[in-house]
Amino acid sequence: MTLKIVVTAKQVIDPETPMSAFGIEANAVRVPANQAPVINGFDEQAIEAALLLKEASGDAHITIVTVGSGFALDVIKKPLAMGADDLILVDDPAFDNAIDPTITVAALAAVIRKIGDVNIVLAGRQASDWDNAQVPIGVAETLGWPVATVAKKVDINGNTVRVERVLPDGHEVVEADLPAVVTVSNELGTPRYPNMRGIMAARRVQPTTWTAADLGLDIAATQPAFELVSLTKPESSVQVEMIEGADDEEAGRKLAQRLRDERII
Amino acid sequence: MANGSGILVIGEMADGQPASTTLEALAAGLTLLGSLPGEALLVVLAAESTASAAQTAIAHGASTVYTINDASLGDPAPEAIVAAAEEAVRQASPRIVLGGKTLLGRDVMPRLAFRLRTALAQDCTSVAIDDAKRLLATRPTYGGNAIATIVCTSDIAVAALRPKSIDAGEPDAARTGNVVPLTVDLAAAVRVRPIERVEQTSEGVRLEDARVVVSGGRGLGGPEAFDQLDELAKLLGGAVGASRAACDAGWVPSSYQVGLTGKTVTPELYIAIGISGASQHMAGCSNARNIVAINKDAGANIFKDARFGVTGDWQKVLPAFMEQLHELLG
Repeated sequence: MTLKIVVTAKQVIDPETPMSAFGIEANAVRVPANQAPVINGFDEQAIEAALLLKEASGDAHITIVTVGSGFALDVIKKPLAMGADDLILVDDPAFDNAIDPTITVAALAAVIRKIGDVNIVLAGRQASDWDNAQVPIGVAETLGWPVATVAKKVDINGNTVRVERVLPDGHEVVEADLPAVVTVSNELGTPRYPNMRGIMAARRVQPTTWTAADLGLDIAATQPAFELVSLTKPESSVQVEMIEGADDEEAGRKLAQRLRDERII
Repeated sequence: MANGSGILVIGEMADGQPASTTLEALAAGLTLLGSLPGEALLVVLAAESTASAAQTAIAHGASTVYTINDASLGDPAPEAIVAAAEEAVRQASPRIVLGGKTLLGRDVMPRLAFRLRTALAQDCTSVAIDDAKRLLATRPTYGGNAIATIVCTSDIAVAALRPKSIDAGEPDAARTGNVVPLTVDLAAAVRVRPIERVEQTSEGVRLEDARVVVSGGRGLGGPEAFDQLDELAKLLGGAVGASRAACDAGWVPSSYQVGLTGKTVTPELYIAIGISGASQHMAGCSNARNIVAINKDAGANIFKDARFGVTGDWQKVLPAFMEQLHELLG
């Protein structure tokens, strides 16, 4: 039987954007127009985990699901170029309110139900914009499925998923019955780069686009968990003292002396 | 669940006592009660044995302690704690639920929030109550490039506090409270089955406890450089850390990682070598008392948070720095 895998992926502001390019206007983050968005890094690792599962099973189908609005198509199609089979965009301005995970969770759960007979949902452990680390867990709770978090290795054996979870000083192996949700961490390894054949294949795939209405979601009737009160720039409280010398060696020696003078060492 | 009253802390245990993050949440709860006259501070503790911990929680301001005692709770599965917490919520009908963004809390708090049909105010560095008695939560976002304040608008507010953001209060033995044992079917709750745990043993000082941390990043160029960082850490009685880039490159094990998704360290001295200071990294070390940065790029972000900085080639700066240290430290 074909293993049906869903990977949730989110388009985010490139976290490598220099701090100086981050602006805040009217309680929203703004980056320069030439700063392209990216797929959340941990979500790329989740895609890699899905591709490894597909290779191991020999008979699997990977659907990427993303919820939002204002998609950059060339960015959001990257998982297809990496080897995923199809892409569902839930594209609706209602999802602009990125701060409320309840709406995203409701949409993802509805998509997974609509696809039907999904065996496993893989997701990045958290997204680099709000770092909430809760949407995949919320999806599992909504669907009534078990969820294993921060995976560095995911294997499926029959109806059981076996996950190596990253711990601060080692790892833990857990198992759960399918269907299940697994969140993936960077320790899984570097995601593969799309090759030319993948990129060409991705060009031919037309994403399926659904709106909230297509999913039977009444967003106006959903009680939001949060509203944003303010978004501000953090203030730096320290003023750096640069230690200079005639050459790098002298600067190094002066640094040691300075730390000694301040009784830091 | 509407018209709830009081604040329920989802407790976590460490060595038979409430964990430091639980004491921090109790302290935050006591402060919030100042804006909620007549309401109570409650806590749920689930462990093998909770008798002594319950008294500690009362001394820290809890007027009711819900306890779940079970032999399976020595190293609890997150789902067991969620089940215990859910039962305590049912008993207490609180307005606000607080927990810590700890290793366990990262799994417990989002599950609990969605089970209560809301979402989690994650990683809060401070909390307050607004005029409508709603929870206001302040938290870093966009990797620390912005600070957000959100208001919780659902009937029950659930928040996870960033560890070490709020001071734990002093215990007061004169405080009194009652202990309410609960019965929860924990075995039925656990669907993610623990199979085995593999601990990576490390020599010397634990990174999280170290007074001095010497950290290396992508700028070091390779794994060999960490030998020198080891030497410097030994000299200062500290531990070695790394940025995610250095861990992902395989130069050091992932247990070295300092940052938002790695370890949080709070040493007296944090020496960052070849680390650009992306906010994701700084989230793990910004509470260090003194940050010293050595980086060849004068524009590196790390200098914004550092107290002392050297712009230069670490391969030249570091040996001279260490030589001088040897002399100074005798």
